Amino acid sequence: MNFTESLLLSLRSLKANKLRSFLTTLGIMIGVAAVIALVALGQGTSSRITASIESLGSNLLIVTPGAVPPDQRERAEELNRLTLEDSAALSRLESIDAVAPQVRRQGQVVWHNENWTTVVEGTSSEYIEVRNSVVDEGRFFNRLEARRQQNVVVLGATVAEKFFESNSKGIGQVIEINQTPFTVIGILEKQGNQGYANQDDRVIIPITTAMDRLFQIQEINAIYLSARSADLMDQAHEEVEKILKVQRNVSSTENTYFQISSQSQILSTAEEIGKLMTGLLAGIAAISLFVGGIGIMNIMLVSVTERTREIGIRKAIGATRSAIMQQFIIEAVTLSLIGGLMGIFFGLTLSKIIDYFTPLSTLISITPILYAFFFSFLVGLIFGVYPASKASALDPIEALRHQ
Amino acid sequence: MTEKPLIFLDRVNKVYSSGEEEIFALREITVEVEEGEFVAIMGSSGSGKSTMMNLLGCLDKPTKGDYYLDKQAVAEATEDELALIRNKKIGFVFQNFNLLPKLSALENVELPLLYSGMATEERRQKAENALEAVGLSHRKQNKPTELSGGQQQRVSIARALVNEPVILLADEPTGALDSRTTTEIMEIFQELHQAGKTIMMVTHEAEIAEYAERLILFRDGMIVDDNKR
Ligand SMILES: Nc1ncnc2c1ncn2[C@@H]1O[C@H](COP(=O)(O)OP(=O)(O)O)[C@@H](O)[C@H]1O
Ligand SMILES: [Mg+2]
Repeated sequence: MNFTESLLLSLRSLKANKLRSFLTTLGIMIGVAAVIALVALGQGTSSRITASIESLGSNLLIVTPGAVPPDQRERAEELNRLTLEDSAALSRLESIDAVAPQVRRQGQVVWHNENWTTVVEGTSSEYIEVRNSVVDEGRFFNRLEARRQQNVVVLGATVAEKFFESNSKGIGQVIEINQTPFTVIGILEKQGNQGYANQDDRVIIPITTAMDRLFQIQEINAIYLSARSADLMDQAHEEVEKILKVQRNVSSTENTYFQISSQSQILSTAEEIGKLMTGLLAGIAAISLFVGGIGIMNIMLVSVTERTREIGIRKAIGATRSAIMQQFIIEAVTLSLIGGLMGIFFGLTLSKIIDYFTPLSTLISITPILYAFFFSFLVGLIFGVYPASKASALDPIEALRHQ
Repeated sequence: MTEKPLIFLDRVNKVYSSGEEEIFALREITVEVEEGEFVAIMGSSGSGKSTMMNLLGCLDKPTKGDYYLDKQAVAEATEDELALIRNKKIGFVFQNFNLLPKLSALENVELPLLYSGMATEERRQKAENALEAVGLSHRKQNKPTELSGGQQQRVSIARALVNEPVILLADEPTGALDSRTTTEIMEIFQELHQAGKTIMMVTHEAEIAEYAERLILFRDGMIVDDNKR
């Protein structure tokens, strides 16, 4: 019996039990679809995060407070609190081009009857430069406005959309942030949805206004710095570390607890996390593929029992062990491959749906599809072997006697 | 005759052990069958007739003793060799037909050829010829359930003969048939015998044994009588 004939034979016996065959392939289908959709989701998310980190610009350094060990807790205040004085000191560095200190708080924004909770970010006039942002309408606040603690605000695209028909209508309007009036002087260009957070859903005000007037805080969340060039990144990193120690009268051998990260560092960390996440999702999905395989084995065992007599007849007229084995393995593999094909189709559809209808993003690539298909083949083979060998080992006389 | 006969069972024993108990289904059976003979086998139920047929049909191996079929020592054959012998040299007809219910009459007849690896066209042609020989060309596309008992048995005879076996084994081939279809089937057997086919047939009825030219009588796993007419 050649391969085509075996295949036709197995398709025939699968067709004889349509519903059962379909339900069995469903297990594999869900497994394969899960692998494809979840891997697409993992890759989509991580590529988005990567893109948003890349958009930070390659000259960027970010200083944030780090963790202080327990025995240094009482000195924590001076060892890892960032201040505006630090920011000013860093801006005087040779290797540094621009500095944007940052405070972030949740805030309530009101215009006429409309009300929106968003992120209020305080920063310096150099923000645009440091953060690679573009003003779409109006302008960013300048150094003078910042120094004078003026109540001016630049809106993110999402907030502007919320309140105004068009960006140009927003300029000059007065909105309230936590009951304090601010004049809208600019609106930022849309940055797009970037993975973990919507970068467009925020308002930006001068940092001094934020610290002294709006929130009454002394400490800042982070300092964003841009180095004069990408080649100066290492030098800038060292100098920043040194200045932060000088600012605190800490000797160069002692530790301060700041985290100074560059875009490339953040990028590689994010990529690693992305890979891990994708791997985890694929692992979870693989479990369902495995469960589907058990379903196939289960059905094949039932089928062997039901068809004991058929096996006996086939053996009596000259089928060898391997011919019977082949028949049942091809049946199992056909089941799982059909499931695999349906799973690919379903998984791709699901990925598209997720991408289109949810804020999540998916990235489809050929590798997981090939893997999923190959594994569905393998699952059929592995889980088909035992039932098939059981069938092939049946004693013809006993099998013939079976009712 | 100096040559070995077509079938030679040499002091064959078959013992089934169920638990403590040992059942001697066959004791020291010696049978020789020449080419072209038509042998009927009779005996009360449980006397060992089917056990011998299964051994002859290479579905089972003797516990002790030798079996030569067409000069080949079957007792030493491997499982795959037995499958090959069943496929090429033996045609088996069962009391309950043993057709595959999901296949058409023609496909059932094709099955042995499928396992001998014959090409599709040739296979189809041979199967059609075999069906024609038993007078069922007009029902070749029917499933077994759409056929009468007599027709089903004729399909199974066609299947048994399609590979041109050296021997046709039939274990109570008319046991499930009425008297009219029994006659039809026996006429086919007689024709086959006249054409030179070697046939061994188990039956309960003396009238049916009449068709054969030799009668072997079983009792308690032993041959008690072996008469050529
Ligand atoms: N697989 C088996 N296990 C145990 N005993 C068996 C088996 N097959 C047949 N026998 C016993 O062997 C004896 C002969 O059986 P069988 O050849 O079927 O008789 P019959 O002449 O009716 O065809 C009987 O006693 C039967 O019970
Ligand atoms: Mg019997």
